[in-house]
Amino acid sequence: MNIPLRDPNVVMKLSRLGSFHQSKLSFLRSFLKEFKDWDYKRDLFELNKHGYGTAVYSFKKKNRVYSLICFANELNENERSDRVIATKWDAAFTLFDGVPLKQDIERLQNEVPRQEFGRLSYKELTLSRANKSVRVFNHVVECLSQGKQPDNDLIASVGYLYRTTAVYGSGKFGLADRFRIKDREEICGPFRLEMMLVYLVRQFTFDQVNHVAKSKNPKKAVNLDINICKNLGIGNSTGLGMAPFIVNHPTLLNNWISAREISLKKIREIKKISEKDKNLFLECLKKSIKNITSWNTESEYQINKIKSLLKDLNEFILHLDSNFSFEQDYAFNEMYLYLEKEYCEECIEYVVSMMMEPYDDITSPLIKEMSSEEEKYFNIPTERTVEELKLILEKKYPDILTIDFSKNENNLNFWFISKNKEEPRLANRFDEVGAELEQPLAIARDIKKLYELLEVTKNSWTIAKFLSTNNELRHVIRRAFIVEKFPYSEIQDNTIGQEIVPIDMLRLKLSFFGALKFDPRSDKWLRICMFQGAPLPEQLKNYDEHWVYN
Amino acid sequence: MRSLSEIDTVSKRSSRAAGYSWGIAEEIGKNIRLLEIFSLPGIKNLNSFFKKKKELRLENISIITQNNEANKNEYCPIIAGVNFLDQIKTLETLNEITFKKVSYPLLFLPFVSRAAEVIGKRIFLKMDDREFLLNFNNNIYSNYTKNDIIESAENIYLKVLENQDSFEEKEWNELYKLSEETFVEENESLKQGGAGAGLTDND
Repeated sequence: MNIPLRDPNVVMKLSRLGSFHQSKLSFLRSFLKEFKDWDYKRDLFELNKHGYGTAVYSFKKKNRVYSLICFANELNENERSDRVIATKWDAAFTLFDGVPLKQDIERLQNEVPRQEFGRLSYKELTLSRANKSVRVFNHVVECLSQGKQPDNDLIASVGYLYRTTAVYGSGKFGLADRFRIKDREEICGPFRLEMMLVYLVRQFTFDQVNHVAKSKNPKKAVNLDINICKNLGIGNSTGLGMAPFIVNHPTLLNNWISAREISLKKIREIKKISEKDKNLFLECLKKSIKNITSWNTESEYQINKIKSLLKDLNEFILHLDSNFSFEQDYAFNEMYLYLEKEYCEECIEYVVSMMMEPYDDITSPLIKEMSSEEEKYFNIPTERTVEELKLILEKKYPDILTIDFSKNENNLNFWFISKNKEEPRLANRFDEVGAELEQPLAIARDIKKLYELLEVTKNSWTIAKFLSTNNELRHVIRRAFIVEKFPYSEIQDNTIGQEIVPIDMLRLKLSFFGALKFDPRSDKWLRICMFQGAPLPEQLKNYDEHWVYN
Repeated sequence: MRSLSEIDTVSKRSSRAAGYSWGIAEEIGKNIRLLEIFSLPGIKNLNSFFKKKKELRLENISIITQNNEANKNEYCPIIAGVNFLDQIKTLETLNEITFKKVSYPLLFLPFVSRAAEVIGKRIFLKMDDREFLLNFNNNIYSNYTKNDIIESAENIYLKVLENQDSFEEKEWNELYKLSEETFVEENESLKQGGAGAGLTDND
């Protein structure tokens, strides 16, 4: 049976993308899988009694070494902020390519804590900073120093000791350009080195909290229980900086979504489900409910989504237990069709992620396809005709072409780069100044504008001729020819309308990172947790790949 | 040292600020990155160009022909370059193309380099006395090695080079003969069993 791939005009709607969940394809899970055989080591740990100082952690295999260099600094209470406009943090990190020399550490000590204002070199691969969850960190120190383990409820309600506020890579602030490292086999998946940084930072937070507790009360202090450590991740505060990324990297976005869609298609095409695969799917699905019941947020938007997800999932599990037969042919296809008919988008995408769990043979080869050589698709095929371009727009942007952008509500917002932090922002064009400096992220509006212009142009004209007098729409002409080849490269929604929920864009990206427990703090930023439940570095050599649900 | 990613981003944004559309600004970002990869002074020339752009009162050219001469002032290297790249499939047949009076010609060069990749042919480019051989956008061979600003070129000459061997047939044959010394002379047994197909493989 040939199941078609899902329609991009359905999948690429923001409400659907904003309902995606982590899966086997997620970058933090594929990172752990790739690096499980590498040798992990804590190479340096020079912290004072307050936990301030320098530490180095590494992963090594044959001649390749990646080293995380950590700088923990004293921070006044009034200086601690998760917002990107902060200038000081509890700790700052960089992932170094190789083994850093003393001179490297000295150089980086002056640069890494300054983050955006520091200068890195091609020897550094990623850069980040993090702040303590002071409440949890201090509580854990207090308990450990008294020889006790911390309060489980508090630990569970927060889920981390530190949260990062940005992770940079790919040439930012002088870091190594991706072309220098892209051919390394171990980093064939996207964001692999960013994931490594976050994972090693997590270990640093445990070592630091143990060290501070021990320094406080050397005789009585105990280490944080290893199972508690496992259930702690790294928090992350993410604002709008992440949103334009998925618009600015269309082929990469396509390859992420495409891997998910091809996985689903192949799973739906399985005629007979083995007992083992059925059991694994059901086990993961049922165990995963605890990730939803422990999902804390004050966001009414997210609370409602969680409520309907939980209700749908409970009903769905009941349906599977009482009415559904895994013996029937193409059981996962039947299940998918039932989901589409009965349940909300959040639930559909949740179960789609679960369906992948038994099928390593399907997902593993696709993980290697999730990067993109974007440069290859940059040139516009200018020998094509206006008629061809018009047909592409009609076929690939059907809903977008129906939007009336002369109405203020459809043209309400504009994306811009803030001068003080060089970060993307969104504002109301009718209330705020700066709309004339709008970023090219209003793709739907510009596609519609292009279509209207093409309609009054001769069909036989080449794109070269059309462009010679219409270069103001060049950016979307490029995109149209990309979407022709890469069907999931474009968000099929209006990113400047009144209805936009920008965190949908963040959530899409974060779900591919492998984040759990999205906690929107407004419609423009959210908190998440990464690696919660993941094996510790010492446990990597023999870990359960389904740790997310344990 | 600035990363190529930073060079691309800053070139793109500054080009937008200098008045180009976002689509053209994206092209400039990629081009300056290319120039810097090839050790040509991209940032230096772009910065100087933007500082002087207003006073230069440049002319735009939309349709490129065999011989292109600006009327009064110089051609804008960006608009000339974008249109050259876009129209390369038709320009290819002209074989030789000239431009008279082009401002900041080094900014025109990466468009030509990328055009060489599009048509799969080398392009020879001469800017007054500076010569460049643009090899399919993979590398540039040139007699120009200075890291300076070139404010204008009086004459630009372009020749699309046909894909042909750079050596004599005799030289090829001599080398081929030597390469044959890695082959094994087949006896009857090897002829019968060494290949997958049978001796009669034309059915």
